[in-house]
Amino acid sequence: MGWIQDIFSPKTRKWEEFYRNRWQHDRIVRSTHGVNCTGSCSWEVYVKDGIITWETQQNDYPTINKSLPAYEPRGCPRGNSFSWYIYSPIRIKYPFMRGVLLDLWQEAKEIHHDPVKAWQAIMENEVSRKSYQQARGKGGFRRVKWENVLELIAAATIYTIKKHGPDRVVGFSPIPAMSMLSFTGGSRFLQLIGAASLSFYDMYCDLPNASPEVWGEQTDVAESADWFNSKYIAVMGSNISMTRTPDAHFVAEARHNGTKLVVMSPDFNQVAKYADWWVPLNAGQDGALWMAINHVILKEFHVDRQVDYFMDYMKKYTDGPFLIELRENKGSYTPGKVLRANKLERYREEENGDWKLLVLDSASGEPRMPQGTIGFRWQKKKGQWNLEQKDGQDGTEIDPILTLLSHSDEILQVEFADFADDRSLKRGVPVKYINTVSGKIPVTTVYDLMLAQFGVSRGLPGEYPDDFDHVLPYTPAWQEKLTGINRKTVIQFAREWAETAARTEGQCMIIIGAGVNHWYHQNLMYRAGIVGLLICGCVGKNGGGLNHYVGQEKLAPVAPWGSVAMALDWVKPPRLQNGPSFHYIHSDQWRYEGAFSDYTQVKEDNPLTQGHTIDANVRAVRMGWLPFFPQFNKNPMEVVQEAVEAGATTNQEIIQWVVQQLKDGQLKFAIEDPDAPENWPRVWFIWRGNALMSSAKGNEYFFKHYLGTHSLEIADEVAKDSVQEVVWREKSPEGKMDLVVDINFRMDTSALFSDIVLPTATWYEKDDMSTTDLHSYIHPLSAAVPPCWESKTDYQIFQLFAQKISELAKDHLPEPVLDIVATPLGHDSPAELAQPEIKDWKKGECEPIPGKTMPNLTVVERDYVNLSNQMISFGPKAREEGIGAHGLSWKIEDQYDQLLESNHVEWNGQKYPSLKGAVDAANLILYLAPETNGAVAHRAFLAEEEKVGLPLVDLAEKTKGIRYNFNDLAKQPRRLLTSPCWSGITKDGRTYAAYCLNVERLIPWRTLTGRQHLYLDHGSYIAFGENLPTYKPNLDRNAIRDLVNSKPEGKTIVLNYLTPHGKWNIHSTFYDNERMLTLSRGIQPVWLNNLDAEEIGVNDNDWLEVYNDHGVVVSRAVVSARLPRGMCLYYHSPDRTVSVPKSPLRGNRRAGGHNSLNRIRLKPVNMAGGYAQFTYGFNYWGPPGVNRDTFVLVRKLEGKPVW
Amino acid sequence: MKRNVRAHVSMVFHLDKCLGCHTCSVACKNIWTDRRGAEYMWWNNVETKPGTGYPILWEDQEKYQGGWQREGAKLGLKMHSRLGALANIFHSPFLPTIDEYYEPWTYKYDNLINAPAGDEQPTARPISQLTGKPMNIEFGPNWDDDLSGSQVYAANDPNLKKISVEERELLLKFERLVFFYLPRICNHCLNASCLAACPSGAIYKRGEDGIVLVNQEMCRAWRKCVTGCPYKKTYYNWSTGKADKCILCYPRLEVGKAPACFNNCVGRLRYIGVLLYDANRLEESAKKPPEHLVEAQRELFLDPFDPEVVAEARENGIHDGVISAAQGSPVYKFVIKHKIALPLHAEFGTVPMLFYVPSLLPVAGTFDGQTYKVAEDFFTSLENVRIPIRYQASLFTGGNEAEIIRVFKKLYAVRAYRREKQMGDVSTQELQRVLEEAQTTAEEIQEIYHLTALANFEERFVIPPMMREQAIEATEDVYAHKGHIGFGFLRKPAREW
Repeated sequence: MGWIQDIFSPKTRKWEEFYRNRWQHDRIVRSTHGVNCTGSCSWEVYVKDGIITWETQQNDYPTINKSLPAYEPRGCPRGNSFSWYIYSPIRIKYPFMRGVLLDLWQEAKEIHHDPVKAWQAIMENEVSRKSYQQARGKGGFRRVKWENVLELIAAATIYTIKKHGPDRVVGFSPIPAMSMLSFTGGSRFLQLIGAASLSFYDMYCDLPNASPEVWGEQTDVAESADWFNSKYIAVMGSNISMTRTPDAHFVAEARHNGTKLVVMSPDFNQVAKYADWWVPLNAGQDGALWMAINHVILKEFHVDRQVDYFMDYMKKYTDGPFLIELRENKGSYTPGKVLRANKLERYREEENGDWKLLVLDSASGEPRMPQGTIGFRWQKKKGQWNLEQKDGQDGTEIDPILTLLSHSDEILQVEFADFADDRSLKRGVPVKYINTVSGKIPVTTVYDLMLAQFGVSRGLPGEYPDDFDHVLPYTPAWQEKLTGINRKTVIQFAREWAETAARTEGQCMIIIGAGVNHWYHQNLMYRAGIVGLLICGCVGKNGGGLNHYVGQEKLAPVAPWGSVAMALDWVKPPRLQNGPSFHYIHSDQWRYEGAFSDYTQVKEDNPLTQGHTIDANVRAVRMGWLPFFPQFNKNPMEVVQEAVEAGATTNQEIIQWVVQQLKDGQLKFAIEDPDAPENWPRVWFIWRGNALMSSAKGNEYFFKHYLGTHSLEIADEVAKDSVQEVVWREKSPEGKMDLVVDINFRMDTSALFSDIVLPTATWYEKDDMSTTDLHSYIHPLSAAVPPCWESKTDYQIFQLFAQKISELAKDHLPEPVLDIVATPLGHDSPAELAQPEIKDWKKGECEPIPGKTMPNLTVVERDYVNLSNQMISFGPKAREEGIGAHGLSWKIEDQYDQLLESNHVEWNGQKYPSLKGAVDAANLILYLAPETNGAVAHRAFLAEEEKVGLPLVDLAEKTKGIRYNFNDLAKQPRRLLTSPCWSGITKDGRTYAAYCLNVERLIPWRTLTGRQHLYLDHGSYIAFGENLPTYKPNLDRNAIRDLVNSKPEGKTIVLNYLTPHGKWNIHSTFYDNERMLTLSRGIQPVWLNNLDAEEIGVNDNDWLEVYNDHGVVVSRAVVSARLPRGMCLYYHSPDRTVSVPKSPLRGNRRAGGHNSLNRIRLKPVNMAGGYAQFTYGFNYWGPPGVNRDTFVLVRKLEGKPVW
Repeated sequence: MKRNVRAHVSMVFHLDKCLGCHTCSVACKNIWTDRRGAEYMWWNNVETKPGTGYPILWEDQEKYQGGWQREGAKLGLKMHSRLGALANIFHSPFLPTIDEYYEPWTYKYDNLINAPAGDEQPTARPISQLTGKPMNIEFGPNWDDDLSGSQVYAANDPNLKKISVEERELLLKFERLVFFYLPRICNHCLNASCLAACPSGAIYKRGEDGIVLVNQEMCRAWRKCVTGCPYKKTYYNWSTGKADKCILCYPRLEVGKAPACFNNCVGRLRYIGVLLYDANRLEESAKKPPEHLVEAQRELFLDPFDPEVVAEARENGIHDGVISAAQGSPVYKFVIKHKIALPLHAEFGTVPMLFYVPSLLPVAGTFDGQTYKVAEDFFTSLENVRIPIRYQASLFTGGNEAEIIRVFKKLYAVRAYRREKQMGDVSTQELQRVLEEAQTTAEEIQEIYHLTALANFEERFVIPPMMREQAIEATEDVYAHKGHIGFGFLRKPAREW
């Protein structure tokens, strides 16, 4: 083999400069991708010859501690392909307008010099209006000048404010954390003009409702490095290899450190490859599995043997010991409310006595009132809102009793609903009789109810299972028919799980995601898993917890950011709308379904559990549970004007007048007649997201009712006979939106269907900041090159809108105007104590009282002439009122004044801290946030100490001197400081894990009891039978009306349609990227099982037509036994722009995208409000846009695809 | 025989950590093959196993005739003898066709922006990057990604021939299937068959680091290297008319940075470091029967701490910095010290310098028609492994099952030991048994654990100093070079790049 000779001589190797030349570059800039992927990875962006050429990953995250794997590198193939976009043929380089609209505009402008009048002329001519609406999405874009397009947008906005009201203008931009200043540009603009911002986290169904239910928290989870601290990890509904790409290594590495990994997934997914155990349970049966796991744990680790650590944890940190009233009902009992302190003579005079709750104390044998419940949170005297086991009245120690088993006066038979078999079971529960001011009542503990609910008998009489093999809720044998998993596997898992938790004091975790969260009964599935954590003491522990990663929801510097983004520094309150309700109602999806009680099992003994979803939503709005915009069937500015004309002189009188008008029915909530033209949303701003595709559940209904263009749905409008609270209009409106403006860097579906597309700077062309819950750093986006072609940053674009509006306002809205804002009863506010009982003022059950029995009403002033000035100035309200988050606030006068000195703007003779540039805003936020300024953390902990009454400020002592500015971030990502706005502890080399502050420092959870809730006693939850963790079957596929008008055509199969997050795209971004399309199959294919494929004669890569009443998808097949039978996977979320043929089944029109096959179904119980943790917060509460209970027909496409 | 000590930049991919994300592929594509003539090339790709890969069925040397074969005592290129190569110089019957790679495509994106007003939504339909015409996409560079249980792809994995028909059928069933990932780059082989196949002498190994390169000035487009490489990791650039292949990012290595695919590996499964080897023993080693090739290759490598080796290395002109890099090399630890990293398809005879730690996979389960029961083992185990050992042996050990079993036992021992250390829930006897069976010690386990779980990028990527000033000095004064480097006009090749 003499011929393998190494060449050493550099002389013969001079050609090697060939590749060296390619490698040479001029500049590396730190940036990231603002794409709601939760990765928040820091990248090096390479610039060569003034052109962005490629990107590689940064690996300079500060080390947390040496015994953990490091956070390096972070990234994924999608992020790595971003540089493709910058100069690609899909890049939007100039402003575009649909030609039809441009012609109308120019025509109108020739007649009317005044642009507002010109817009009015188009709006008032129905033929004109229809002409450009029907052209939406069908080509014909023309390049326009920024100046012209800004004029049109400003004119349309002003026209809408004057004619219909500012709350007919809406904006949508998802998840601020991924580029928080780009979000801010638009949200600040919207709130200053009085428009409504649409939520996203719940719309995407990323919101795990169980989190607010159990913890009073939107979502709080461990950073991914904390996975390494776990000793037993269960992954369910979360394909971390695909969707948590930069974090997955922590799981791989933990295994080599002795951690067991169990993956529960119907398909052999990418993370199953790592697992010790792959548990292929049936899709959507995660709840059933966990119910049975909990049965085993409770039996063996709570009853047969009692693990001290578990018992102690239950007493201290859960509502387990709280007393529940039992209500008699036809000879048996049902669990009711938590026993209130003021029902006892001893506590009768307590402030907020309705909201202080009781446990049975073992020492005294009497009910006692522990501190830390919600009544203590909102009382005048501060310092008793903590988890010390002390009586709130006299400070005596309490040792709460978990179970009444050995203290009971009687065993009562209590009814437990079994939704799987549509029956109820009577089970004996130990009871104590308590003397209350209204007589003797039977009570038991939450813990006793839970044991009974899970079927652990403890020798008590009743319909309890005999053993694990008895098929009765909720034994391992019971779950077999639902999950398809053998009872032995379930039992072994439960034992290993609990043993590990007992040995480690809680280092078992669940990693969970959309695969579970997107089912209709997501909250119940999650709660079943959470019970498994709580009964083993695994929450608030490093290495433990429910770690839900769906959406980059964690915006770390939330307090100052919230002030800037929601314009709280100028006007309060903001108009914040829960997206799912908004779209369900305004895009008329409610019209296509009957009563929810037709398709989901409900208890039939309560009016709340019957009827149509929209009725539930109407009630929720008028009782102040959920927001809805537009508010009224009149322009709110006109309403104020009328009140003034009727003689109201103060804000209070205006509000009183409005309440009376509502009571008399002179004024109505817009939601009561959503299809009336005066109640339509009119102008829609979309930025940073794909509102008309990946965010548009029920895509075709959006196209039909919002846009008025073609759509592919063939569903019947069937709601007429089941609705009571809304006006039914025979003809559903098409084309509600007057103007849709999309700000984008690529021609995605939203851009394609909008009237105006504005070119925005990409993430490599602007300055911004990013945080996530997957790691504990803050790091920047920065401009490697200036915004390309005619693009501008989002932050700049909204300032331009504001400038133009201010200019036109001189003629049209020259004076400040009064507006009245209706907002729901808010979380983390005293309104948490608003409604101890559900009472509807409309039905005469109580008086309409704003902020108590109905929405808050606030009169505010809007100054359109100074809109542009306000945009760039940090307003005086922030100085007066301070900033805060999650119910905590503190003063900032001194800091405000310091900011004035360092960087200000000046107008009308007044100086304000500057928000002119994105970097100005970044520095202001970093300066004011406890997470990035140690002195502020110190100040915020002092404020928290006052509320809680325990020492906390030591947590911020060591880091007091740390302060980051934007330039620091550009040099290196910076680790976030421990902050009372969050619940983890990051100091001293610790990884962030949720609720460590609660467990270690006894800060209550923001719930009714201040503890973690196994039991939910909101009236709605009791009515719906979800007060205890339970199992409910998935929706009845024959009743959900997916397949009424869609019939089998030739060889067809019905499959459950699942849209998990994909490998080659983050939502729709990167889907259209040539790089990613090459690594997939050139398309988003539909995955189906080989036997299912065989049944319909489909081979791998054949074209398919997938359809139901909501729409149609035409794509290719991937055939694999990796999937079980009966389901298909169509990964979320292909854009309907690339490689979409026409559908023969739907009139040979262009086929749709993944959201063409679903529509929004809202779960009414998630509308509950006015009560403790069940109070509204933007992206915190409300029914999410569930989408997994969906069925489709699948067939081979006939003939060749037609383009 | 006297030793001839050489240094080689070598690699380990820890497959157990691979998540199949393909970030490596994209990192490489962006920098090196995002140009005309290279569209279809993926110097780095990731395959799902079982599967057929890219180009399709590349492992099947009956089809492609790559690598070496033993003819009696001699080792010859499978494609033909060297003499034969000259005779057949204009004929390469075993080259993969473009369809076996894939026809690169893009889309008519501009239609989305430029479509005239009409009655239908515009779409960007697929078009060929080669012809610009509409095309029907039938194959791609990652076509069988995640695609276990496929009768078309997984079922035709050449390695499945090594397992029984029953095992094969089971593997394609929902209840029993499994997959893992195999990232591939050029192996920068010691006995590179691409190099041996080149009639122009354009391919060489760099003396200082062993990187295999195609001299872009000397290449005459014979494409023999494409056939010669059994891994199909040399490609023909139809635009420049030159062979193009992975260069191990030498321009990055030369400035102390790991290759882009290593740097961007978010699974943190890639390791790079120097191995010292005895070049004089290569021939003898490569001729061993397939099942002994892994061991034979290990024997080529020298202990960088052995003073004699160090002295001989110095004598051979190896820089002190390189020797110390060899001493810190993670590759040395994985391959020689702990013997848990193995070459891919050792039987191809090229002595590849990229080694793989095999992937642990979930335990098997059984379906009784009603319910699914998972095997009771706490951790993944050899007894209830989802894929037969013979399959892994076909990939990594030339069929030697004992080698695979040894590696698995050691990896298992690491997990059991680490659990015991933190949890105390593994019995002493059980732990003792596991350690003995794996023939390992607590000390070794700690080192493997550290390397696998904790090693940061400085430990994963131990890049030797490239001593560029000395290389440049061979042709010109370095001070002068510093002054004029980068000046001048780029010279375009005869065709284009």
